[in-house]
Amino acid sequence: MNMTSDIPAQAMPVPATPPASRTNPVHARPAIELQDASVVFGKGPQSVTALSPTTLRMERGDFLALVGPSGCGKSTILRLVSNLIQPSSGLVLLGGREVAAKELRIGMAFQNPTMLPWLTIEKNVMLPLKIVEPFKRTFRQDRKGAYRDRVHALLAQVGLKDFANHFPWQLSGGMLQRANLCRALIHDPDLLLLDEPFGALDQFTREELWQILQDLYLDRKPTVLLVTHDLREAGFLARRICVMSARPGRVISDRAVDLPQPRDIGVIYDPAFVEMTQGLRELIAQVRK
Amino acid sequence: MTDATRIRLMSSSFILGFFLLWEVLCIVLNVSDLILPRPSEIAVTLWTRFPVLWPHILQTLYATLTGFTLGVIIGVSIGVLIGTSRVAYGVAYPLLVGFSSIPKVAVVPIFVLWFGSGTTPAILTAMVICVFPIVVNIATGLATTEPDLEDVLKTLGASKKEILWNVGLPRTMPYFFASLKVAITLSFVGAVLSETVASNKGIGNVMMTASSNFQVSLVFAGLIVLALMGVALYAFFSFLESRVTGWATRGNDIAIT
Repeated sequence: MNMTSDIPAQAMPVPATPPASRTNPVHARPAIELQDASVVFGKGPQSVTALSPTTLRMERGDFLALVGPSGCGKSTILRLVSNLIQPSSGLVLLGGREVAAKELRIGMAFQNPTMLPWLTIEKNVMLPLKIVEPFKRTFRQDRKGAYRDRVHALLAQVGLKDFANHFPWQLSGGMLQRANLCRALIHDPDLLLLDEPFGALDQFTREELWQILQDLYLDRKPTVLLVTHDLREAGFLARRICVMSARPGRVISDRAVDLPQPRDIGVIYDPAFVEMTQGLRELIAQVRK
Repeated sequence: MTDATRIRLMSSSFILGFFLLWEVLCIVLNVSDLILPRPSEIAVTLWTRFPVLWPHILQTLYATLTGFTLGVIIGVSIGVLIGTSRVAYGVAYPLLVGFSSIPKVAVVPIFVLWFGSGTTPAILTAMVICVFPIVVNIATGLATTEPDLEDVLKTLGASKKEILWNVGLPRTMPYFFASLKVAITLSFVGAVLSETVASNKGIGNVMMTASSNFQVSLVFAGLIVLALMGVALYAFFSFLESRVTGWATRGNDIAIT
């Protein structure tokens, strides 16, 4: 697939910022910018449009939830941003530069915890430090010292202190998902991408993990893009909610969640909160048809 | 007594019973020791001739392990190549299947033709016979790696090499070790086979010579030695497998919930 052919030309005007500027003036640039980005799989009459041309902007430190009927392209947006697929047309910029430029560090968690079964939880969580710059440079020296402490501190934060040396099969689904969050955050990503991370969990575990995620977010303030089916999850966690239409998807509603953070789990029974999720629900019910 | 020890006990008495029955039947039916010697006779021969047999045991072991090592190196290289590249897979697979379907006995005369009789054809036979199962297993393991696991590394910006080292190869280890158990047994067969046909050393050759001299109990002693060596090699790689790839089989233990 040669889908990237028209991108370099459009990308030209964007000034080439050296990677060292990670911390400084680039702050002005939005963390995520989709400019008429679309995704089409296949060619000719059998092609499937997964995402209609979509424009979306996310400021740094924001927490955006993407909701919509299944198959609407929510995950496609995540896969675009995480460089797992390339746009068929349009542009995807992270911190003002193309995704492949790695201007922003990315942490990602999928619905399936995808722990590597041959590694302990500690080593699984440490994996990004082995792969991502600048951590990988000193991985050999630090893996038994500084990095190990770093992993243990984060595991302790999500209540997995005693499970660092366990193997994934020894943990329950909820514990694995916590470890998954740790792995997505261990390398201090600028951008946290979550693809229905709590979809397969029971209600209580889910609510518990919402609060853990909220704490981690407020603690570290990454830019978070959360894809979810669960409207209460979106309302509880996000600062902004975008609703997508049915396939081929595009953003049809974009609204802020005006509740101060940190939010208490009780907020989801608040009349105003219920009204908001009801509104979202009706919107999605309409676009499903 | 646990189930495991009971099974082990039963299995030991089964083996013992087998030899006992053999002994008894030979006596009762008055079988000539030129046809089928009694286990006790074989044991005596094994004991008295052991100093003579020992260098041959080492020779067979040497040919087997050298051929096996070469086979593993070649098998892993080809396996990684065709497991990671769809093009290489499509191009090389038909030829590999062709090679693998040749009965390996048939290549011994060719090796003898090229290298004369002796150790070299034994090593080469041990090598060619064990390459294919390793190739297939490595390639299968790599080709069936869950895309989800690879995606985890891709989103971190890992290179192809990093993905291979951190996901592909570890994921393939259970397949690799399963193939090693098959491969070591095949190598052993290959080495003995070649010794039988064209060598003046090794257990295969001892059995061949003993058979033409009607030293029937020595032939059987050789057979017993081969069986013991085969079991020992298999057990060693089984043990290695359980140590390295325990994660793949431990899933049945009690999980913490």
